[in-house]
Amino acid sequence: MDSGLSDDPVALKILIAGGFGVGKTTLVGAISEIKPLRTEEVLSERGIGVDDIDGVEAKTTTTVAMDFGRITIRDGLVVYLFGTPGQERFWFMWDELSYGALGAVVIADTRRLTDCFPSVDYFEQRGTPFVVAVNCFDGAARHSVDDVRIALDLDPDVPVLLCDVRRRSSAKEVMVTLVEHSLRTLTATG
Amino acid sequence: MTETPQWLDDAAGPVVRPYALIRGRTRSSGDAFDLVATVTVVGEPSGAAAGELGPEQQLILRAARSPISVADVAVELDLPIGVVRVLLGDLRDHGLISVTSPSAARQRSNEGILKEVINGLRAL
Repeated sequence: MDSGLSDDPVALKILIAGGFGVGKTTLVGAISEIKPLRTEEVLSERGIGVDDIDGVEAKTTTTVAMDFGRITIRDGLVVYLFGTPGQERFWFMWDELSYGALGAVVIADTRRLTDCFPSVDYFEQRGTPFVVAVNCFDGAARHSVDDVRIALDLDPDVPVLLCDVRRRSSAKEVMVTLVEHSLRTLTATG
Repeated sequence: MTETPQWLDDAAGPVVRPYALIRGRTRSSGDAFDLVATVTVVGEPSGAAAGELGPEQQLILRAARSPISVADVAVELDLPIGVVRVLLGDLRDHGLISVTSPSAARQRSNEGILKEVINGLRAL
């Protein structure tokens, strides 16, 4: 198996999650060429259970635009970034997105920390390695990494870091931290 | 009645609804294609098969002359991913393309590749 690795193209998936307006699009754009990927999905039974569709019962499909970025590491090794739709009604798409994903970045805004609870819960349950990137918005009250860790009740090994997703260097640091974490998770579990 | 209807602007959406392109189907042999699976052209359309191909499928064949991901095909054609999966399923059934899913477990468990990604990200 190993001998074929250098020949097979390798495509890795990284998910960018977090509440609405938290900086997912900005992060993907800061580090990669970004394009909108359209999905037109049939609302699944699960979606309908979660979704409040009172008054719009006839609507059975919904169009979602996902942020989609691509980082070419070398010929035949590409990392794809997917900004997961923030709203809970689109959770049915997450299972597909997270299948085989290398890991996830959960972006947090300390002014609205509860917005990232669903993402944290989801990746914890799925066993997907993730990091929490606290986006420091201008003028936003800054909280220490430890405060965020306690507030989110994170496992001690989950990295939490402060970032400014508009800055490429900061976005890079977030991505590197995630892949290093995925690597550690891998070597720890054997 | 011969004038261009005034109400037909961008807000009206595409003139041909996406699912009309695939004759209303929402299921096909392409359902399970991963977003990052690799699409590669493996055959030339010939005879009857060539006549059956729609313009979107021709575009896919052009885009996939060098290997391309399923997600990239959707971006290139500016079509929803569900529609693209159906079109890809048809092309595969015709023997014109191959769609190779990434072996998730193997890639996730390859230390060498992850280290390469870390170095590559740092070098960006």
